Amino acid sequence: LSNSTMVFKRFVQIGRVARVNFGKDEGKLCVIVNVVDLGKVLVEGPIEYTGVNRQKISIKRLDLTDFVVKVPLGARAGTVKKALEADDIVNKFKQSSEGKKLEIQKARAEMNDFDRFKLMVAKKTRTRAVKVKLAELRKSG
Amino acid sequence: PELQYRQYQVVGRKIPTESDPTPPMYRLKVFAQDEVFAKSRFWYYMNRLRKVKKSVGEVLRVIEIKEKSPNQVKNYGIWIRYDSRSGTHNMYKEARGTSLNGAIKEIYEEMGSRHRARHSVVQIVKTDIIPAAECRRDNTTQFHDSKIAFPLKHRLPRSNKKSHKSTFKA
Repeated sequence: LSNSTMVFKRFVQIGRVARVNFGKDEGKLCVIVNVVDLGKVLVEGPIEYTGVNRQKISIKRLDLTDFVVKVPLGARAGTVKKALEADDIVNKFKQSSEGKKLEIQKARAEMNDFDRFKLMVAKKTRTRAVKVKLAELRKSG
Repeated sequence: PELQYRQYQVVGRKIPTESDPTPPMYRLKVFAQDEVFAKSRFWYYMNRLRKVKKSVGEVLRVIEIKEKSPNQVKNYGIWIRYDSRSGTHNMYKEARGTSLNGAIKEIYEEMGSRHRARHSVVQIVKTDIIPAAECRRDNTTQFHDSKIAFPLKHRLPRSNKKSHKSTFKA
């Protein structure tokens, strides 16, 4: 059973980059450096780089990403940081479709009333432009 | 608040008398939620093992033993003595975790679930950190693999905000 025929593409493994989705570190990236059992892993940010402390965390609190870095079992902060910087994971994640979606969600959540007004006006303008063009094309046959 | 086991070291002795001015001191390492229970267990064992009662003894010191390496995954071997419905037995169990207190909590829960043994009938005889090569349980050794990889097959959607939480998920 080769990896290419597997239904699953993201695995809990040493070096897997994951995003914390619950708790005070929500939204931050971290690297799995050891597996405790089927429900918990040991994770390292490191704290100066991504903001996640070295800790045991429940897998339920992680969202696995597509990225894996090469780190040895139980790697410490320095090694993890070097590996993340070498592959430029943080930026690659931001440029990935998943990362982009998260930024959009974040921007939407942080909108104030004026931003929502601007959004409404922009949507109206776009819809109007489409409708005008469509009517034009209908008229011309 | 979740049940949390802490490890205490309780040191005590019989109160010195004229006939016995320097009685031997005994130390007990016990897992308990608080110092009160730790001292209680100290007298439980002193009664049974050393014929010293709380009324003629004194506790000299209770110290909490903290985890030395809370960010290192270890294999814990725990030796247990427990009373079942028909007798008392010894057991050896393994738990994998980052702290001994966490492992002990797992063991108590396991004893309750697998053997219906309540906390009061379970005695932790000995605990030790076992190197990977000496672990005896498949459940522990299956994680001794630097190339370990498993997918998350049955992920249930979970809310990260209390306001989005619901009792029933479609």
